[in-house]
Amino acid sequence: MRTLEQTSRRRFLGLAGSTAVLGAIPIVTLRPVEATPAMLATAIRNVVGEAPVRTGKVKLDVPPLVENGNTVPMTVSVSNPMTSDDYVKSIHVFNEKNPQPNVGNFYLGPHAGRAQISTRIRLADSQKIVAIARLSDDSFWSTSVDVVVTLAACTEEVI
Amino acid sequence: MMASALVNVPKKARRGEIIEIKTLMSHIMETGYRHTASGEVVPRNIITSFVCRYNGVEIFRADLFPAIAANPFITFFTVATESGKFDFEWIGDKGFAETASASILVE
Repeated sequence: MRTLEQTSRRRFLGLAGSTAVLGAIPIVTLRPVEATPAMLATAIRNVVGEAPVRTGKVKLDVPPLVENGNTVPMTVSVSNPMTSDDYVKSIHVFNEKNPQPNVGNFYLGPHAGRAQISTRIRLADSQKIVAIARLSDDSFWSTSVDVVVTLAACTEEVI
Repeated sequence: MMASALVNVPKKARRGEIIEIKTLMSHIMETGYRHTASGEVVPRNIITSFVCRYNGVEIFRADLFPAIAANPFITFFTVATESGKFDFEWIGDKGFAETASASILVE
């Protein structure tokens, strides 16, 4: 009897604890503004215009689970030759839920030897990241990755 | 000039070798989306542009947005074609402008 009681009390506390944690999440992720999928689509259109964007060639390396959204290592590489008549012109990175859909534009050329860039980015929420490469024939290739963020960037107040 | 830039370029390379260049610039990268406790927006203060030139010729350029983390760290590759100098330039809000350079010996 006593054991049963303790078990249920423990379970109750456990449940209460997790509910409190769940309840706290929306407060933590409150932001003044948030990019929408429509803003993401517009930002991509601003770069690619009316050209079709195909899936492939691009590899986006980001940790799938991020503890601190303030600094997330990211590497984008494009599997394409880098010769004077076939090379990667630029790499564009976008996000879905930061206040602004653009992350960075990186312009390379045939002299790069390898179409790969790395940087550190901010993520305000768990979201999708999109990388698009523009080749010398003006074709566009893309990939996207979903990232889970436990501590979001841009949310803290400045004192 | 403040010692705020860190660049890493191999000192020596073989002609035609693909080399990696790493750069770091200390900067707050204030997004413009944060508020003070009293509710005022903290104005945006970011680096907006980064350029690398190899013996005067632009080989890499980047447009940066508030989603780039503080102290922007950027790495990229280039082919070592000739001995000479890499010049790096960061430009940003509030008249921010910093430069750095590194030399390379190509054999």
